[in-house]
Amino acid sequence: MIETKSLPTQYASQPGPVQTSSGKTLRTDEMIINMGPQHPSTHGVLRLEIVVEGEIIIDVIPHIGYLHRCFEKHAEHMTNYQQVIPYCDRLDYCAAINDEHSYVLAVERMLKIELPERVEYIRVVMAELQRIASHLIAVGTFGIDAGAFTPFLYAFHDRELILDLFEMTCGARLLYNYFWIGGLSHDIPPQFVDKAKQFCTYFRPRIKEFNDLLTYNEIFVKRTANVGVLPKDVALNYASSGPMLRGSGINWDLRRDDPYSVYHKLQWEPQIGKGEMGTVGDVWDRHIVRMREMEVSLSIIEQALAALPEGNVQAAIPKRIRPDAGEVYARTETPRGELGFYVISDGSGTPFRVKARAPAFVNLSVLPAISRGCMIADLVLIAGSVDIVLGQVDR
Amino acid sequence: MDAFQNLGFWRTLLVTVVLSALPLVFILLYALVTIYLEMKVAAHVQDRLAYMRTGWHGVLQPIADFIKLLQKEDIISVAADRKLFILAPYIVFMGTYGAYAAIPFSSIFIGAQIDLGAFFIVAISSLVVVGILMAGWASNNKWSIFGAVRSVAQMVSYEIPTVLAILVGVMITGSLNLQEVTKFQAGGIQDWVIFGGPLPLLQKLLITPFTVITFLILFVASLAEVNRTPFDLPEAESELVQGFFTEYSGMRWALFYVAEYANMFLVSAVAVAYFLGGWGSPFGETLSGPVLGFFWFVLKGMVLVFLQIWLRWTLPRLRVDQLMYTAWKVLVPFLFVCIVAIGLILVL
Repeated sequence: MIETKSLPTQYASQPGPVQTSSGKTLRTDEMIINMGPQHPSTHGVLRLEIVVEGEIIIDVIPHIGYLHRCFEKHAEHMTNYQQVIPYCDRLDYCAAINDEHSYVLAVERMLKIELPERVEYIRVVMAELQRIASHLIAVGTFGIDAGAFTPFLYAFHDRELILDLFEMTCGARLLYNYFWIGGLSHDIPPQFVDKAKQFCTYFRPRIKEFNDLLTYNEIFVKRTANVGVLPKDVALNYASSGPMLRGSGINWDLRRDDPYSVYHKLQWEPQIGKGEMGTVGDVWDRHIVRMREMEVSLSIIEQALAALPEGNVQAAIPKRIRPDAGEVYARTETPRGELGFYVISDGSGTPFRVKARAPAFVNLSVLPAISRGCMIADLVLIAGSVDIVLGQVDR
Repeated sequence: MDAFQNLGFWRTLLVTVVLSALPLVFILLYALVTIYLEMKVAAHVQDRLAYMRTGWHGVLQPIADFIKLLQKEDIISVAADRKLFILAPYIVFMGTYGAYAAIPFSSIFIGAQIDLGAFFIVAISSLVVVGILMAGWASNNKWSIFGAVRSVAQMVSYEIPTVLAILVGVMITGSLNLQEVTKFQAGGIQDWVIFGGPLPLLQKLLITPFTVITFLILFVASLAEVNRTPFDLPEAESELVQGFFTEYSGMRWALFYVAEYANMFLVSAVAVAYFLGGWGSPFGETLSGPVLGFFWFVLKGMVLVFLQIWLRWTLPRLRVDQLMYTAWKVLVPFLFVCIVAIGLILVL
């Protein structure tokens, strides 16, 4: 039985149960709708079972698992630690580099190896480029959710340039297998640094253009401000992370708070939602956090490229990786939040257990809590602002 | 229609059929052109090319699409209400097509010279709402019902500002007959109702701000009437899949599509007739005449259609409550102010 939730006063009509003559309570206006798994705005094969009264949502029940590919079991059955990396790529296919980063970090911490400086810098550049690419998908599809189609194509045009940079480096455009344990698969090509710098100068004005077109559009602000407000305490209780958490005004970024790679050597600040257009933690705040993080990423890339040292891109590691028996949890800040890999080794050449803590999955769990009482049109926006990737949710 | 009185029944029938086929030919040709225009404008707004392969710059693509739709399997879901499902697209198309009867394409061509022309257009195009509701209900699909209900609420609400804005035109021109309305503004661009019509200079200066506002409101309301962005809630793709025509395919779907495009020109045509001088040339007597009149009318209409397309590929979409708010609390009060002000100025 679903409890009738109190509705925000911004909607004039208050649907409620009807008393019949025999004293029974009938919920006459309730309707159950399946949104998905084939629906234009569930961003993949997510199924949302929604209970609505008219257009107003009484409850949302996400059903997941349509894209379950047994990642964790696969990881236990590889012949060595390296072979898990391509599978990590396929978790969050919009931000494959960041997935690899978490996993190789975990294994490197188990092996306790020192990486050459150059590797760390290249990794930072790649991770931030990937973050921009991923955020571009997030804000672009978010525009479609709001009904604006054009920003999506602008975003994809710019993402294309980032993919070109990746293609130039490792040949792949989506699933890279570029970060290897103890280093990288290749060094960056000679013209990469110039091309990446060119991209940074090109992309800064594009962010402003995108903001003018979508972020500060009157209709867009009206649609997103004060919608799907995620209060600080709820965000913490649901263990949200990434732009979801920062959108709610909590200054927490693993790149600063649990430093890895060389982020602590660079100058940058995490971006948080300030409730400029409405309440802190609304959909607009999550959107603007992503927009501003792209600018931050640009500045990180420029600093890292400027400081890029010469050297080797592969540390000296044993040919057969056999970490000592033990366990490690390593986490990085991916575009969607804290992606952690909990790896247990029994001293053999294959991982005994690999558990991925997927930020998209954790962030999705908060969806029902923040979308009760809003309209179907708002639910689409809230789901878009959570920025789920089903590959990572289902694993 | 006086000319028909001596012709006898069969000849009258023949002439009627031929004359009523002319708007149909226009609608179909126009739909082909506008579908092409929509895709090309969208593409250039989005920094891409759209179709380039079928003919020169893809001009044959709408025809290819049309042939494809003709060949498609006609799917009617088992749970649908067959009769209503089949009937709905025809009613939608009929409502739009019927309204073309009173559109003054040129000084010598108007389907039916009705004295209540504007009234007739508003009334018969309301039939579209019935068709849409039927389509949504008969599809037996929850998303379709949502789309249909949204559409009805929206179109009924936005008819009020549309009618009020037309009323302003009626007040100034003093006629509901669109042919008369056009002749009233025949003096060129300075005599168009949007710039106050052919009134004495002082009155004209006073009235112009209000007529401009009224025209803008009419344009906004007409966007909602034809379900275009930012008011495309009934077929909001990211929310309701395809709205009321989710379950339709093949030629039935194409009928909805053509009706939607025909509707776009229809609302533009009413705005053109009342505010932008109809088939009148912007230069008064120069470049006017029956054939050039047709050219001017279609050109003005297409400019407004182009604006609709442009807006569609730029703006996000409103939410249902915001849509109603815009109609009842913004557009209607502003129009009341305009009506009162224009009325006072005209009396002075």
